[in-house]
Amino acid sequence: MYHQMLGRNSFSFKNLKVLLAKATPERSGDQLAGVAAENAEERIAAQLCLAEVPLQAFLEEPLVPYEEDEVTRLIFDTHDREAFDKVSHLNVGEFRNWLLSDERSSQELLDLAPGLIPEMVAAVSKLMRNQDLITVARKCQVITQFRNTIGLSGRLATRLQPNHPTDDLKGVAASLLDGLLYGCGDAVIGINPVTDNPQVMTDILKMVDELRQRFDIPTQSCVLGHVTTQLEALKLGAPVDLIFQSIAGTEAANRSFGINLRLLQEARGAALALGRGTLGHNVMYFETGQGSALSAEAHHGLDQQTCEARAYAVARHFKPLLVNTVVGFIGPEYLFNGKQIIRAGLEDHFCGKLLGLPMGCDVCYTNHAEADQDDMDTLLTLLGVAGCTYFMGVPGADDIMLSYQSTSFHDMRYLRSVLNLRPAPEFEEWLLRLGITNEAGELNKIDFQNPLIRSLPEFTA
Amino acid sequence: MPYEDNEIDQNPGPAGPIVPLTGPGLDPAVIENPWQALRRFTPARIALGRTGHSLPTRELLEFQLAHAQARDAVYAEYDPALLSRQLQERGYPVLQVHSQAGDRKTFLLRPDMGRRLAPESRQLLQKYAAQGNPPPGLLFVLGDGLSAQAIHRHAVAVLDQTALALKAEGWETGPVVIASQARVGLGDEIGQVLGAEQVAILIGERPGLSAADSLGIYLTYNPYIGRLESERNCISNVRPEGLVYEAASSSLIDLAKRARLFKFSGVRLKDQPG
Repeated sequence: MYHQMLGRNSFSFKNLKVLLAKATPERSGDQLAGVAAENAEERIAAQLCLAEVPLQAFLEEPLVPYEEDEVTRLIFDTHDREAFDKVSHLNVGEFRNWLLSDERSSQELLDLAPGLIPEMVAAVSKLMRNQDLITVARKCQVITQFRNTIGLSGRLATRLQPNHPTDDLKGVAASLLDGLLYGCGDAVIGINPVTDNPQVMTDILKMVDELRQRFDIPTQSCVLGHVTTQLEALKLGAPVDLIFQSIAGTEAANRSFGINLRLLQEARGAALALGRGTLGHNVMYFETGQGSALSAEAHHGLDQQTCEARAYAVARHFKPLLVNTVVGFIGPEYLFNGKQIIRAGLEDHFCGKLLGLPMGCDVCYTNHAEADQDDMDTLLTLLGVAGCTYFMGVPGADDIMLSYQSTSFHDMRYLRSVLNLRPAPEFEEWLLRLGITNEAGELNKIDFQNPLIRSLPEFTA
Repeated sequence: MPYEDNEIDQNPGPAGPIVPLTGPGLDPAVIENPWQALRRFTPARIALGRTGHSLPTRELLEFQLAHAQARDAVYAEYDPALLSRQLQERGYPVLQVHSQAGDRKTFLLRPDMGRRLAPESRQLLQKYAAQGNPPPGLLFVLGDGLSAQAIHRHAVAVLDQTALALKAEGWETGPVVIASQARVGLGDEIGQVLGAEQVAILIGERPGLSAADSLGIYLTYNPYIGRLESERNCISNVRPEGLVYEAASSSLIDLAKRARLFKFSGVRLKDQPG
């Protein structure tokens, strides 16, 4: 039991789980789950109380029972006590101060990551303002490799997302070429298929891989079907670079996605065995998002942000090339408006980075949320300043397959331009070679002599 | 073989812009993309051109217009009285009900409340059921969901085609229930109270930028509160520019007959032969 006095008002919180939920900045999903603070004062009382909780307490009180949940077992069984030693004497409030101190270096934060468990990271984020989340995340540097190098400082990668409402190969190719000609695609060329079918997946992967090989593009591709479908495609001989899966922070939520840790391990093994990476062997790509555990009725009474941070423990175990939260996709019952989406995006990026992940973000919203492109510009800019690893490039920000709005190829040009960020180095060199960008990283005026333009008939005939 | 320059120029892409601003190639600040020919392969917003790194004004405002229409569709007024008149003119008995979500904001924030009947609506249905009306074989529910426009524009036509065909084969369709602030799951409680063998809820889908009036149809065999999504069959994107009424109606009839034969609906029904 945790207590807090504020003047004559006394607040008590039954356990750590309740305390964390009540200390969470306001959002609709926690209200829907019935775990949110009753009012603004109770929220701050919980934050004051949480600030006094020793980090050690999170190692003594698993929030989801160890016996019932393999994610909890993963978190505790892989916790690095030695790395934790450096901060083991701190409480949550002191940990915030420690993180924000001028003395912290990027290397120190990277070394600390295995010593932190998601619940500690979620806890400290609840005491932070948006600028704190940005300040600390900016210091974290996580570098991964497959055919290029993702996550270097001063760089911004992009996932090219050329989805099509019927998985039509020419339709996918058209958006793909558009994206490449706007300088996007270094994180991954990743297609969400309409049909979760190994043959459809194989056809798309072959088309993208042919294009990649023909133009010698230093990047990787992925079709974001279910992991079991990707394994089937792989057995059919599909050129599988990265294995994708949506993941969540509890065993039960992952079960609702039709996955478990053993399956992810098997998938990773299969992708590694293909040996397709040239620079490195980060072969996994994960997506997450606050609210998914509640939506599956698998949240164990936890607030949605703590559940989300636990998903990052799943992700980091499999040494992914890419991880991103799809922050505004889930709808207004979880994140009601632009303010809540912006806050959640910054929290997710911070928690992912502090836990050692190459964290990107699908900055997005649906039409029934109280949000618009201005909110997306704000979050995109803030996350750009925070050093977010990558964003989505969707033609005109309008995903015609998933019916939601994300960020566009133009948005990627905007961010690279105003924050002076460059693509992954290998990809940057390729863009220069193909005449897409100039030495300064600016887009060239593309004419009919450009090799990609000259090849159009072959990909669209 | 490379494209000839003029070949590409002759393919300006899909229908002209809605927003009448400077046409292609006329604004010196705008850098056009010489791959507009690709637009014929996808409805995606490609080859938009740019000014600096930004969208040209016309493309920007076209997007904003699509978003504005989608936003308005979410909040558009549902008119159950109008629907009721249209249905009664066609000879259907009508019942009007409301979910527990009293307004749009509650509906958006509390999907659980949109899946349950308001107490007075539940009583209304219980009263109707107690009057000795025969239990419906396929009960139709028209729910606003996330787009009332979808119901106003398409629901009566789809319902009429389907109900006439089924009645001709001896199906009992019962009253048509018009439900306000309704989620898909509300059909479960409605069907359960009225003792329906199956319920088909016609509901407004979440508006996208390309269409704000897409209708969805969800069929559930033996409906009761707590049915899982995997126990329903869905027909999506029903509208003249998407899945046309005839096709949607014949899919629904086919599903209902198969559900009756196998005595279940949902994912498993898809896998049954025939």
